[in-house]
Parts: sequence; C-alpha cells; structure tokens
Amino acid sequence: MDNSRYEIRISGSGGQGIIIAGIILAEAAGIYDGKYVCQTQSYGPEARGGSSKAEVVVSDDPIDYPKAMKPDLLLAMTQKACDAYIFDLKPGGILMVDSTHVKQLPTTRAIALPFTQMARERTGKEMMANIIALGTLVAITGIVSLRSLEAAVMSRVPKGTEELNKKALEAGIEAAKGITDKAQEIGMEFYESIADE
Amino acid sequence: MLLQGNEAIVEGAIAAGCRFFAGYPITPATEISEVMSYRLPAVDGTFIQMEDEIASMGAIIGASLAGTKSMTATSGPGFSLMQENLGFACIAEVPCVIVNVMRGGPSTGIPTQVSQGDVMQARWGTHGDHPIIVLSVSTTQDCFSITVKAFNLAEKYRTPVIILADEVVAHTREKIFLPHPGEVEIIDRIRPNMPPDWYIPYEDTSRGVPPMAAFGEGYRYHVTGLVHDSRGFPTQRPDEVKGLMSRLFRKINQHFFDIQMVEEEATEDAEILTVAYGSVARSARRATREARHRGIKAGMVQLVTLWPFPRQILEPKLRKLRAVLVPELNVGQISREVKRINQGVTRVETLNRIDGNLITPAEILSRLMKM
Repeated sequence: MDNSRYEIRISGSGGQGIIIAGIILAEAAGIYDGKYVCQTQSYGPEARGGSSKAEVVVSDDPIDYPKAMKPDLLLAMTQKACDAYIFDLKPGGILMVDSTHVKQLPTTRAIALPFTQMARERTGKEMMANIIALGTLVAITGIVSLRSLEAAVMSRVPKGTEELNKKALEAGIEAAKGITDKAQEIGMEFYESIADE
Repeated sequence: MLLQGNEAIVEGAIAAGCRFFAGYPITPATEISEVMSYRLPAVDGTFIQMEDEIASMGAIIGASLAGTKSMTATSGPGFSLMQENLGFACIAEVPCVIVNVMRGGPSTGIPTQVSQGDVMQARWGTHGDHPIIVLSVSTTQDCFSITVKAFNLAEKYRTPVIILADEVVAHTREKIFLPHPGEVEIIDRIRPNMPPDWYIPYEDTSRGVPPMAAFGEGYRYHVTGLVHDSRGFPTQRPDEVKGLMSRLFRKINQHFFDIQMVEEEATEDAEILTVAYGSVARSARRATREARHRGIKAGMVQLVTLWPFPRQILEPKLRKLRAVLVPELNVGQISREVKRINQGVTRVETLNRIDGNLITPAEILSRLMKM
C-alpha cells in the first residue's frame, strides 16, 4: 500500500514558526515538486508558548488519511515536544532535534543540531531556527528538492527578508552535509537507508 | 494549488456565484471570513463583519431576498445563535448557505480541536417541524465541490443548506485542482416570468418550489416568519397551514434522489461496512483499504448528505451485511440513524471518540478485524 507515503512531524512551541515550516515544506512538495501532500496542524488556544505541531504527509498517490500515523521523521524543537512524540516515531525513523532546547536525548540515533543557536550566530535572529531546520531536514531526507524548498521559502517569507532566509537555508544545508559526511566516515548505514527510500 | 479546507470553501462559494458574506470570525472557521473579506470585493461582492452571529444570519437572509447568493460561516457557539433566523430562512424559503466548522463542545468547548458534535443540532437546532439539507465535507477538494453543490441545492429548493465541516478538514492544507469557471455546474433560483401584478409569491407548483422575485425588481410581496398563505400573509386556516407545511416537506422529500449523496468504497461484495462522514471518512477509507489488503471483505459508505438521511441508499445495503461500524467524533449521533433504519436487520456497532482528536485508521481497522 502506497509505499511512497512519507510522514513528517514538526513540533515545538508556539512562536517558533512550527506551522509555517510545515506549510513551506508542504508547498515545496505539492506545488514545486508536484507530489500529493497534506499538511495538518494542532495548536493550543495561546498565541505563544503553547505546544505546537505541524504534520506533512507526502506521497506519489492521492492521500487518504491526512495526518501522520507513524512519522518517518520527527523534528522536535523543544524538550517537551521531543518527550511527547518520540514514541510515535516509526521504527528506524529519523529523530531530529534542536539541541539548543533539547538537552536530554531519548536515543543515541538522533540528529542533534543547535538550530536556535545557529540562527542567533548566523543570522542574528533566533526566529530563523525553523528555516535552518527545514534546510537540514530536506538535505538529509531528500523528500523535496532543495530548489523547490528554496522557491517555497522565498514565496512565503515577508519581503525584505529573502537574503536572511537564504542564509538560514544554506546554514541548514551545510549542517546536514556535515552530518552525512560524518555518518559516512564512521560507516553508519543509517543515512544510506534514507537515500534508498 | 495548496489550499486549506476553509479557503477551498471560499473558492467554491465564489465559483457558485456567492456575492455576499456576513459573518463573525470564530475558530476554526475564521479563515473563511478572512479570505472572503478580500476575495469578495475582488469580484464585486460584499463582505460585512457583523456584530454577532444573529445579525450575520439576518444579513444573509436579507441579501438573498434581494437576489444575491449569500453565505455565512461559524462554529458551534455561533451556530447556536443562528438557529432562530435559520428557522426564518426555512419558513420564508430563503436560499442561503451556512457553514459550521465543528469544534469540541458544548459551549466554548475546545476551539482548536476536532469534533462532530453538531450533527443533530444541524438537523433540529431551530424549533418547529422543518426539513433541512445538511452536507458534510471530508477533503479539501470536497470543500470546493460540495460548497458549489450546497449553493445549487439552496437555489433549486429555496432552502437554507448547512455545510458541516470540522477542524481537521478546515485546517488541512492539501493539493487541489480548481476547475475552470465554465466547467462548474451552477444552478440559479427560478425567477417569476409573469408581470408583478400576477405574481403569487408562495404559490404551489408541481416541484413545490415557487419562483422567487428579488426585492427591488418591482414585485411587491410580504415575507414573514409566521405561517402564511400563498400571498405571504399570516394565516391560521387549517387548509392553508397544512398546505404550506406539507409543501415545505414535499419539495425536499420528492427530490431525495437529487439531494442524497454518498461515496462508496469497495461496497459491491462487502460483508462488513463502515459508515462515516467528514474527516473520519478519510480514516475509514484508509482502514477499509488496509482491511482489504488483509483479505477482509470490508467496504465503506461515506455520507456526503447527512440530512435528509440517505436511507434509500443505505437500507438495501444493510440486508447484505454481517455488521456495520459507525465511527464518529461524538457519543453516537449518525449511529442512531443507522440503527433506526436498520430495524434489527444486521449488527450495528459504534466507535466514538470525544477527546478532541481524530479517530485513526488503526482504531477502525482493529475493530473491523474483530467484526
């Protein structure tokens, strides 16, 4: 049954740009890559600080159930989100965390990068952490092409912030390259299996 | 295009010819108002944010009487406020579309979570004996096409039509294909072709739907919430009261086959059947496919029309089944209807979830495997 179905959950707290990250990823897949896509979200009544979650399901076939059942990839931008959703992850799925906020990793098989800290250092704005994380996520999974991702980011972000967002994307992609190189170095097959999918 | 269900509802409404929207923003229906506020002026339509939902309902009735296709959108608390004027639209036979994006309830409930608790309210929320058409949507594509259908039914039968959406379908962004304007079937109300002096506004016709004159076109007539005679004036004469009430029912009842819509999945040789609607239908479709994959003869009927309940379509199927499962996000509203028409013919099981989350395909599948 629909082997091409790939489920991504992006989670964190309100104000981190979780849902917009989901929308950008969905637009990259649906509009620019021409795949079937469903993007759903759940959030509390608060404007900031509450838990926030966005899900993106990408498939080559029409999608029946629009939400993630067993995410192939979980991106957790807070400790709380990581703790809450880690057990939903598909066996062999990818856990990706923002190590600026996630200090306790539930597994050694995780991609931990300090997205928020990188955002502060590379762009001067912590709020760019979501775009950096998207860059890493896409570079590692290849779920959409990097060109599509860039096009989707550019069409969604406010005018005047294009350069900043480009910088953030590049930082994320670069970080991903560091990770995949390292994985190859130590002979981990973890990332190769992703490439096969 | 990647659209939210709420945005697709707006596109459907505009494609159907809606040019007036009055509403009061409310989660999870707010995007409908928001998008309407800039989409309508772009097509020479009118958007008004009213002081509340009572006034919103009044405004769309007024706009429709003036000849403009009109719509409002709300969620549970606002839908409660609309009930009195909704009854007015029923008895005065004013075509209009009301979208209720269901949230958890009662009262303010859980604004950002999914529910299907308003199925019975949509049927019986306004007082008095009355027919009503209620449609449900489960995908973004539905949001477009069913909204068009809702306007068509409203115009064709001069009745309010309610679209029940839920938080999941309203907020899911999904790739959809919008048809070209010429490809969409659009139905408009029948207008009087006689001179104004000859016009009898509530005259009985074979279809049971009298022609409708727009205010301001020279046809003077009386519109009231009181039971009225064929000229629109209040009456208590038993023959006239009965005449009006029976016509209101007849105009819907004699067109069941036009109004009642379902979608089927693998029902031909099914031994067990899931009856679902709204977002839950997507879970049910997935579960049905997975069950078939495992060799279980499962099928699914997705109810598009909730009211009038599609009895004629469902009843013959029940006789061929071992059991029926009705999953829904309430403690059992449509399952009561299925049991009512089932009359003990087969086994009807329920699967209910009221914690603010969608029923998952796995939950339905595990029930199907036990049935």
